Amino acid sequence: MYGSWANRLLLVPATVWLLVMLVLPLLVVIIFSFGERGTAGGYVPAFTLEQYANLSARFTAFKNTLLLAPTGTFLCLLVAYPLAYFLAVKVHPKWKTLLLVMIIVPFWTSILIRTYAWIFILGGQGLPKVLGFLGIEGVRLINTPTAVLIGIVYAYLPLMVFPVYVSLEKLDKRLLEAASDLGSSPIEAFRNVTLPLSIPGVATGCMLVFILLMGEFLIPALLGGGKVFFIGNALVDLFLQSRNWAYGSAVAATLVIIMLVTVSIYMKLVVRNQQ
Amino acid sequence: MRIYTLAVYLFLYIPIGIIVLFSFNAGRHASDFHGFSIKWYGTVLANPFAMEALATSLIVASTTAVLASIFGTMAALALQKVKGRIRAIYDAAIYIAIMIPGIVIGIATLIALVTAFKFLNPVLENFWPGFLGDAPHLNMGYASVIASHTMFTMALVIVIVRARISGMDRALIEASADLYATPWRTFWQVTLPQIFPAILAGFLLSFTFSFDDFIIAFFVAGTETTLPLYVFSSIRRGVTPEINAIGTMVLTVSLTLLITAQFLLRGRGSQSSTQ
Amino acid sequence: MLSADTDAVVSFRNVTKRYGDVTAAAHLDLDVTAGEFLSFLGPSGCGKTTSLRMIAGFDQPSEGEVFLEGQRVNGVPAYRRPVNMVFQHYALFPHLNIEENVAYGLKQRAPKPPSKEIEMRVGEMLELVQLSGFNKRRIWEMSGGQQQRVALARALINKPKVLLLDEPLAALDRKLRREMQIELQNLQRNVGITFVLVTHDQEEALSMSDRVCIMREGKIVQIGSPLDLYDRPINRYVADFVGKSNFFDGAIDRIDTTAVNVKLDCGLMIKANTGPDLESFESGDPVCISVRPEQVILARKEEQLPADCGVKIKARVMNRIFLGEHTEYLLRDEKLGEFLVLSPRQNERSERPFDKDEVVLAAWSRDTALVLSSE
Repeated sequence: MYGSWANRLLLVPATVWLLVMLVLPLLVVIIFSFGERGTAGGYVPAFTLEQYANLSARFTAFKNTLLLAPTGTFLCLLVAYPLAYFLAVKVHPKWKTLLLVMIIVPFWTSILIRTYAWIFILGGQGLPKVLGFLGIEGVRLINTPTAVLIGIVYAYLPLMVFPVYVSLEKLDKRLLEAASDLGSSPIEAFRNVTLPLSIPGVATGCMLVFILLMGEFLIPALLGGGKVFFIGNALVDLFLQSRNWAYGSAVAATLVIIMLVTVSIYMKLVVRNQQ
Repeated sequence: MRIYTLAVYLFLYIPIGIIVLFSFNAGRHASDFHGFSIKWYGTVLANPFAMEALATSLIVASTTAVLASIFGTMAALALQKVKGRIRAIYDAAIYIAIMIPGIVIGIATLIALVTAFKFLNPVLENFWPGFLGDAPHLNMGYASVIASHTMFTMALVIVIVRARISGMDRALIEASADLYATPWRTFWQVTLPQIFPAILAGFLLSFTFSFDDFIIAFFVAGTETTLPLYVFSSIRRGVTPEINAIGTMVLTVSLTLLITAQFLLRGRGSQSSTQ
Repeated sequence: MLSADTDAVVSFRNVTKRYGDVTAAAHLDLDVTAGEFLSFLGPSGCGKTTSLRMIAGFDQPSEGEVFLEGQRVNGVPAYRRPVNMVFQHYALFPHLNIEENVAYGLKQRAPKPPSKEIEMRVGEMLELVQLSGFNKRRIWEMSGGQQQRVALARALINKPKVLLLDEPLAALDRKLRREMQIELQNLQRNVGITFVLVTHDQEEALSMSDRVCIMREGKIVQIGSPLDLYDRPINRYVADFVGKSNFFDGAIDRIDTTAVNVKLDCGLMIKANTGPDLESFESGDPVCISVRPEQVILARKEEQLPADCGVKIKARVMNRIFLGEHTEYLLRDEKLGEFLVLSPRQNERSERPFDKDEVVLAAWSRDTALVLSSE
């Protein structure tokens, strides 16, 4: 459009921003993760693997995250799949846009406020009290893993529905007709045609939800009440309370590595299969 | 199937509804609804801390949205011409920026900036020309939150605007050139009006994201308090109907902006592509 | 440097265009005369659109030279060329109304004409394309035919040296396409601007153009008036592309100054007149005989056929399609195979039309059969 110098000029702000606010901070995390803790917190330059060797000190956080993140992802899928199927196959096109927008809009509104709503609902004055009126006494919901899982499904559902919907939407309905024409029952047709074709969407959704769950802080903090501790909560503790930057960086780097492994498995399994 | 879908939509919207409903509750608790009242809104508006947090959030969000949409659009336009390995590097950076959890961005930015400031502040003090008054003391605050939010939302704008550019009819550019418009005039008279809905949608999404973000601000806001930070610390102190009122206001703002953004991305987009 | 014909509005001199390894146009030589209506005709990928884009300035030739009114324009960008284009899908600006679309070209001029003048000329143009009063309408409020007219007005208002039309009627339905063909032709005569049209629709090219340039695989095969191309195609490709024809493959058996005998592959011997085009042929050369469906005469009795027939055979009617003015028959002869015949209605008035499965006499006169290189 313009000379290439003008084109480069257009890229300058974005490049500077990505370098200073993304690449540099991530590099700092990697460098710090090999350092040592200062006496008053912070960081002292060094090259040691001590922080990584000591990761097991936060075993509970890793265990909770690696247990609840996949569980949460699976529950999201369980809730999202029928919904996505319904939206893609059964809903009249006229309503599709509205229904889809209604799914995606909550995702963009304040996760803090929406999670807070569940404190309100699951808390002692909410659902348990309503259940109490119905004669079911002593139900405790808030500050339990169940509460955290409810919060997770609630928060990440849209992120699962969308990719699954997209893969089901692309599915040629004539394939289903062809399948039933060839004598498949609806269930067989679903298993043999719909399900395999929706696998890429399912994988994408699971990857997205899983990655974001790995770094989750708010939901366990608000609905887990300090009892359900995620890596994210450990990070907040390490950086804002105990100011152990070197160790915190090692935890953060490990988190990123787990995410990268997830993405590369996803790439191997799905992206390659699609080609 | 229909009932299931309805149930999921209720699951998504009931918590939001409850917040709105109870923000008008005269009583203090979820279980006792004492009739309609707007007194909690009055409490919020009279609360100087909440109002200051709101002002901070508005400043941060609007600055972020302006910077992100300008820099993002510039980069999206420029990246069209960038090919090969450099393009792949930019694409990777953009997707990392979008995919990486906020908590990692938060801690990485925190330690990178604090470390950088520790190094830069003495330098500034020593070399600052005296006639400019006292040397500025770099610290975490507005600027660091804005810089961090801009990084993420700029990546978002790049993706949105780029999708719009690639969806644009190339013949329009040629038609403009055919009608004697120089490339510069073609940009202002054809390209910009065509991608403007996407830029505006990107602006609104950036604003919403920045306005709602808790986790990045939690790390990099320094002594400043944004509205989500204020809400979080209030929740920590106990659930009050005042939070419902703030939540309702925040949700109203986000929903309005989001629906406008959706309208811009879908409505005008489809009109111009039907011709 | 090769020079251009000064009477020509557009000239190509040995123009070649390559995209990487693909040659889209090769060694094109062409002169478009002022005021004519010329069409590029050919299947997709034949180089016709590339040729048009090189006139417009969207593409620059890899080799050779392009001239506009005698001026060499290689390297001159589209926005500095005094030509305008009607795009395939019109490419009207969706964010501007009709009036703003039409005025777009005038507003880019430096110095910009006064707004009174722009307004006046837009009014005139909209009147010319019968869209007066639509000034403030939006693009998406217009039908396909109306959008087509806006695109024409937007281009013509600039009084281009050449108006380029890239498959302008492709997006319209059949009936509207017919109307627009007539309208385009009238418009061209009224404004006196040179039109260069690209199309893959032979009927469109033949009905509107003064001359047609038939292209194939990046090369110009034949340029001529529609009548020329129909009556004197230079090879089988042109005969096949321009109108319908029956082809029978064979080889030259004997050739002299007045007549040529072709022995068909099926063994049948056919007589045809020789023409200047046949001078290069020798005995034994593979050729094909082309006979237009309307040149075949059908009859029930021998005496109804003309005397100088090149061939006379008995064939069975396989199918009959009533087309109004004409009836189309598909006939089959054991040796010749299947061939089409278009029989005028009035020939059949005396007798009843031929029936399916009826065996009839088919013949054509010596000078209607064309001997073509079977390329």
